[in-house]
Amino acid sequence: MDSIQKNLLAQVADLHEVPEGAYNIRANGAGVSRNTTANIDIVTKTDKDGIDIIIKPGTKNESVHIPVVLSQSGIQESVYNDFYIGEDADVTIVAGCGIHNCGVDTSKHAGIHTFYLEKNAKVRYVEKHYGEGDGNGENIMDPVTIVHLAENAHLEMETTQIKGIDSTIRVTKGDLAEGAFLEVREKIMTHGKQYAKTDFAIDMNGENCKCNLISRSVAKGNSKQEFFSIMNGNAACSGHSECDAIIMDSACVTASPQLTANNIDANLIHEAAIGKIAGEQLIKLMTLGLTEQEAEEQIIQGFLK
Amino acid sequence: MLELKNITYEVEGNKEIIKDVSVKIDDHFVAITGPNGGGKSTLAKIIAGIVTPTGGQILLDGEDITGLNITERAKRGISFAFQQPVHFKGLTVKDLITIASGKQMSVTEICQILSEVGLCAREYVNREINNSLSGGELKRIEIAMIKARGTKLSIFDEPEAGIDLWSFNSLIKVFEKMRDEIKGTILIISHQERILNIADKVIVIADGKLEKVGTKEEVLPGLLHTATACSTLVEKNER
Ligand SMILES: Nc1ncnc2c1ncn2[C@@H]1O[C@H](COP(=O)(O)OP(=O)(O)O)[C@@H](O)[C@H]1O
Ligand SMILES: [Mg+2]
Repeated sequence: MDSIQKNLLAQVADLHEVPEGAYNIRANGAGVSRNTTANIDIVTKTDKDGIDIIIKPGTKNESVHIPVVLSQSGIQESVYNDFYIGEDADVTIVAGCGIHNCGVDTSKHAGIHTFYLEKNAKVRYVEKHYGEGDGNGENIMDPVTIVHLAENAHLEMETTQIKGIDSTIRVTKGDLAEGAFLEVREKIMTHGKQYAKTDFAIDMNGENCKCNLISRSVAKGNSKQEFFSIMNGNAACSGHSECDAIIMDSACVTASPQLTANNIDANLIHEAAIGKIAGEQLIKLMTLGLTEQEAEEQIIQGFLK
Repeated sequence: MLELKNITYEVEGNKEIIKDVSVKIDDHFVAITGPNGGGKSTLAKIIAGIVTPTGGQILLDGEDITGLNITERAKRGISFAFQQPVHFKGLTVKDLITIASGKQMSVTEICQILSEVGLCAREYVNREINNSLSGGELKRIEIAMIKARGTKLSIFDEPEAGIDLWSFNSLIKVFEKMRDEIKGTILIISHQERILNIADKVIVIADGKLEKVGTKEEVLPGLLHTATACSTLVEKNER
């Protein structure tokens, strides 16, 4: 790996050296290194680009890192990764994609991740998207995450895209069985002419399942963001979604939540707030000695923390 | 020393919120009181640079700071605890105390400041400054930020508002202690007799005008019997 790739890895997966546990590192369209453990197997798909990650029932406190880096301008790829999480397993999965584009061509990565969580399985899934490069080539990322949660399965997903992605359409779909729990926390910041679209669609099918979607975003410059969410309560369940956006300069943000209750005991809530940084927040920090710009930076940093 | 010279603040429709206020603030602990809507908060905001007066001059230690913005005044040594604390999504107590102090602070140092305003520190350090905190807690954090700054002029706008009676006693102690410890000037807007009682000077602002200035002995007796008397004081007195 060269230094550019190493830096990308540090940005998207906090990796400074080879991770512990299972991993699969992919660079410029091909796998470069892989490690499996007694409980976690990683198998290359034969019908399309991608891998299967198979986690044995009962696996506890293990982690899987599957970062992707693109440092050649103009690579365009769609990668299919399927995660099979056995009953009672409790694992952390760190994915993420970093693009370094110094050329004039469009670099594009679409990761299609499908999760099958068996009964009582518990997963923390962390995904970061990052782009850089001084060329005119565009960086595009279109992640798709599909989650199937069996009875009492538990998935917490954190996705972050703070910098350097010109265009992204992020799709997250899920279905929840009895007692399952899904939480998604997404953080997005766009600037320049960037575009980011978030698309959630969750079916809450089982009794007492719970879903919590939290989106926090900052739109600067002339960037554009769209937030769409569909939450269907098909059983006695509770769903909450929240979209909170700070808008700056000439940016544009749309929030369009949709809640459908198909059951008398479905309890669904959506909160959406879009607005510029509150003047009084800036004033407070300025009375503490910060300049207006420093105050703005602190507020954004805290908001996306 | 802070000096206000002929400060006037007029808003659209020829409404004068502050009318030709001139006063020198050179004592250690100065209280401003007067009826609601009298212009006390507006005057404090004018001193901090949040509101720009339409006339007059503000001098800090002889320097004309009328044209300086909020940040510049903060750097000159003016601190201001708001009547209504601001909420921040994501910023924590630790973040704000650190920003206020202008340097990296250890958790122990932050805890020290928090416990001085009556907050059991560890619990609070990583709390977000949002509506999960009660009004009283937010007011204490507001005061803690001013303590962390420790500048030569500290302005508090009704620190007692929104604090229950039980906590109020301990809050008074905070101000009594601050009075003994802080070297600079404390300017505190308050309706509370116990605060006015420890003031070296009391200023009464009513209907945008400077109604009275003097020692508490000079000002307080009259205050309770004039038409513009602060109603809370009268009510308290009658009880
Ligand atoms: N920008 C403004 N425009 C119109 N009225 C204002 C403005 N700022 C303050 N006021 C009015 O000035 C009066 C004084 O307010 P304030 O300074 O908050 O009083 P106090 O703090 O003494 O209760 C109030 O009647 C308030 O509504
Ligand atoms: Mg007021």
